[in-house]
Amino acid sequence: MSLWQFFFTIFKISGITFGGGYTIVPVIRNEFVVKRNLLSDEEMFDLIALSQSAPGPIAVSTALLTGYKLKGRTGAILGTVAAILPPLLIISVLFFVYESFAANFWVRAALRGMSGAISAIMIFAVYDLSRACLSRYKVFSGVLMLLTFLVGLFTSISTGLIILALGLFGILAFTFIPQERIP
Amino acid sequence: MIFWQLFIAFLEVGALAFGGGYAALPLIEQVVVNRYHWLSLREMTDVVAISQVTPGPIALNAATFVGTRVAGIPGAIIASVAAVLPQTLLLLFLGWFLFHGGRITLIDRALKGLRPGVGGLIGVAAVSMVMASLFTSTAPLAIDFVAVAAFVIVVVLLLKKLDPIKLIAIGAGIGLLGGLVEHLIGA
Repeated sequence: MSLWQFFFTIFKISGITFGGGYTIVPVIRNEFVVKRNLLSDEEMFDLIALSQSAPGPIAVSTALLTGYKLKGRTGAILGTVAAILPPLLIISVLFFVYESFAANFWVRAALRGMSGAISAIMIFAVYDLSRACLSRYKVFSGVLMLLTFLVGLFTSISTGLIILALGLFGILAFTFIPQERIP
Repeated sequence: MIFWQLFIAFLEVGALAFGGGYAALPLIEQVVVNRYHWLSLREMTDVVAISQVTPGPIALNAATFVGTRVAGIPGAIIASVAAVLPQTLLLLFLGWFLFHGGRITLIDRALKGLRPGVGGLIGVAAVSMVMASLFTSTAPLAIDFVAVAAFVIVVVLLLKKLDPIKLIAIGAGIGLLGGLVEHLIGA
């Protein structure tokens, strides 16, 4: 994959991914893990985990780190630029017509269909990613995954804190318990 | 100078907005509406509405909108760059450790805890996405039939391994079709 192809791929993904946050994950995964085999699922997890440890939009962080992983620092910068260009272009044009656009019946209708589609894509991504993550340390990973899911769903503890706690827990568990004894 | 103010303001938003998505909203509002008075509260709600119908993170959409309002297209560019600058610098630094620093045992162990957690967090995002898109209200329970139709059709197509980007476009088509039907029957 050339730098230009990489740039264009991220540009395309950023231009079509509505809903913000994690919605970019299944699309990036499909492009770089499933279709092109440039990353493994485990590497994908690491990129998302690292994206979480920085402030700012997750989509931008994930694009940056995917670029870094595949193409070094130039790739990281190109990934960032490719991720911010579509919103920059779209919003600066829409700025002048936004009232009629955001309230438009057909825009709303298309969006309702798209959000339904993205919901389905997200559920499949969760299934695929969970399977990938449960390939080793099944009990350890399964419990952490379920626990994080429940805490995220039912409490308002900030993502930053959850990430910090998970990282610390990983360090403690694998420092004090021999690796082969972790189920 | 206005460019410098824009830069500083969105640098702060970019540096402090953890968690992504709507988590950044109160921070943006505080800086843009209360401190600098670049937007009224009403215009801030418009920014949220536009963000819902356009791709891209809300922080970047707000940066572009406010930048254009205050200082034209150069303002939009400066505000957007400022909004992503903190994470860019931090991740270039962290990425260097992850990709070039060899295998650092500590990071390796932290990642073993983080990977399953990230799976759980994406699960939370999926659930809230489903709730927000398939139901127009939760009490009383009301279903958005157009979104549900798109959801079901896309599930079937996903089982056939279709590309997500194409599926999002198909979702838009189903939405327009559903809108047309509703328009015709006057629902």
